[in-house]
Amino acid sequence: MSAADTTTPTEVPPPMSVPPPSRPAPSSRKRTFSATPWLLLAPCLLILVLVLGYPLVRLVGLSFQKFGQSQLWGFQPAEWVGFDNFTGVLGDSEFWAVVVRTVVFAAGCVIFTMVAGMLIALLLQRVSGWVKTLVNIALVASWGMPIIVATTVFKWLFDADYGILNALLSKLPGVEMIGHNWFASGPQGLAVIMLLVVWGAVPFVVITLSAGLTQVPAELEEAARLDGASAWGVFRYVTVPVLKPIIVMLTTLSVIWDMGVFPQVFVMRNGHPEEEFQLLTTYSYDRAFVVNDYAQGSAIALLTVLLLLGVVAVYMRQMLKIGEVE
Amino acid sequence: MSALAQAGGRRRGKSKAGWNLLGLLVFVTAGFPVYWMLNTAFKPAKDAIDPDPSLLPTGITFSNFSRALDIADFWGPVGRSLIVSLAVVAIGIVVGTLGALAISRFSFRGRKIVIVGILAVQMIPLVAMIIPVFLLLNDLDQYDKLSGLIITYLTFILPFTVWTLRGFIVNIPKELEEAAMVDGCSPTGAFLRVVFPLLAPGMVATSVYGFIQAWNEYLYALMLLSQKNQTATVWLGNFTTKHGTEYAPMMAGSTMMAVPIVVLFLLVQRKMAAGLTAGAVKG
Repeated sequence: MSAADTTTPTEVPPPMSVPPPSRPAPSSRKRTFSATPWLLLAPCLLILVLVLGYPLVRLVGLSFQKFGQSQLWGFQPAEWVGFDNFTGVLGDSEFWAVVVRTVVFAAGCVIFTMVAGMLIALLLQRVSGWVKTLVNIALVASWGMPIIVATTVFKWLFDADYGILNALLSKLPGVEMIGHNWFASGPQGLAVIMLLVVWGAVPFVVITLSAGLTQVPAELEEAARLDGASAWGVFRYVTVPVLKPIIVMLTTLSVIWDMGVFPQVFVMRNGHPEEEFQLLTTYSYDRAFVVNDYAQGSAIALLTVLLLLGVVAVYMRQMLKIGEVE
Repeated sequence: MSALAQAGGRRRGKSKAGWNLLGLLVFVTAGFPVYWMLNTAFKPAKDAIDPDPSLLPTGITFSNFSRALDIADFWGPVGRSLIVSLAVVAIGIVVGTLGALAISRFSFRGRKIVIVGILAVQMIPLVAMIIPVFLLLNDLDQYDKLSGLIITYLTFILPFTVWTLRGFIVNIPKELEEAAMVDGCSPTGAFLRVVFPLLAPGMVATSVYGFIQAWNEYLYALMLLSQKNQTATVWLGNFTTKHGTEYAPMMAGSTMMAVPIVVLFLLVQRKMAAGLTAGAVKG
């Protein structure tokens, strides 16, 4: 889901799995056809196929049709137009500007989230217990904040006239920021939104990495240190390799989530993001529900999904490896 | 970073203070937005628009909360959010447990495809699906109905619910069930008397998590319901009056939305996060 959404809904933390301590492999059990598992799965699959599978097929279908207001109300049948929507979208320079903006935005979010998350996780290993508790409280509180609430709070922090940030910055000698509108230009406004996304995403990364760090064998680090490795060397050649599966998973998830950022931009711009704030998600929404060209909106959504396929493949491989452990 | 870490190794006692200072900086930065939300919510509205705001509380008032409740109907949206989220969780946990049992306790042809499918649907950006879902519900005459939103949210939380519960179930030794069946329990009886009690904490955590997801969702609630049926998140997202934005009541509204969710989140967070890394590292 976005929030927390998020994160999209999009904000569902990854599913977890704990391999059982020891269990006979499934293959050792007799493999006869049984209706029971399918009966148990039936309601779940039915809902998923109806409300997720069918729309997915429809999404692909729509992107090859002409589908606007009159088709929505049934005045005209939808008409197949082949690749017209795609050529229309791909031939539009605005689309490419949006793609570049989205990729830069998402890359910024992912990099800042992962770097800040890693630094804070490493820092938490070195601080006293009470500091660790304080930081954890702040992190979990910001993690649990509904995305919409976080967005309205950031809107207030960055308010031009009464926002606390401008007031604090103006206290610096020679800086006069009262009345500075952070959203007057796209790059600056998107930087604020990036900060909002990173602020919301870092806690999950820190908490997951912290848990992972406790599993890095202390003897390995000690041995590396005795062999003369610098702190950076220990991190690069001992810690990172052990954490790699977690890092891969967190990075791929972050990419998927950050490419899907929607409510943050939408609410920050009061429901009407300006052209220089459009990301692929809001652009698709805009095409469909503002311009009422549902077909072109679908084509853009589909292109977004295609853009993400490579990342999703990496994530799936990692998840299946975990699933295999059973 | 590396130089700092090295120094930390040499002069442990002295540098601990340095790390703590950095830690406190992180605490202040990460916690500030939450603090400022609470600070603004409880301060007199006129202090909220002071051009030179005081960082410390200036006095406690609840008038922003009553103002927030006056500006627009609050309990209606909250009631609708509650109905939707509770229904989603109630249906989701039953359907999800059944599905999780199937993929964790049975080996059957097609199991792997089901697992891949369940993981894959989670990866579809939900924003991309809004157009066809909107059209589907429109066709089914479910636009602007809570039931339409409920079934939509179900598909969002089901894959996650199934996968998480699967993790909890595989942790319950199969021998326990088998022992119960040897002692004369039916498979259903063995599940209800042995597995279910052990699974209950995991189910509670998963439900709370699903509840939070449904409660926090914004885009679909905005698109699939009209103004008169709006949910709590949409209520907050549109919190701007014709006189502009009244920030102090808006922060009071934000507080009312956030505090119960953050508390719920605190309760389940540890349990939900625990499994992930163990699996990831060993995998």
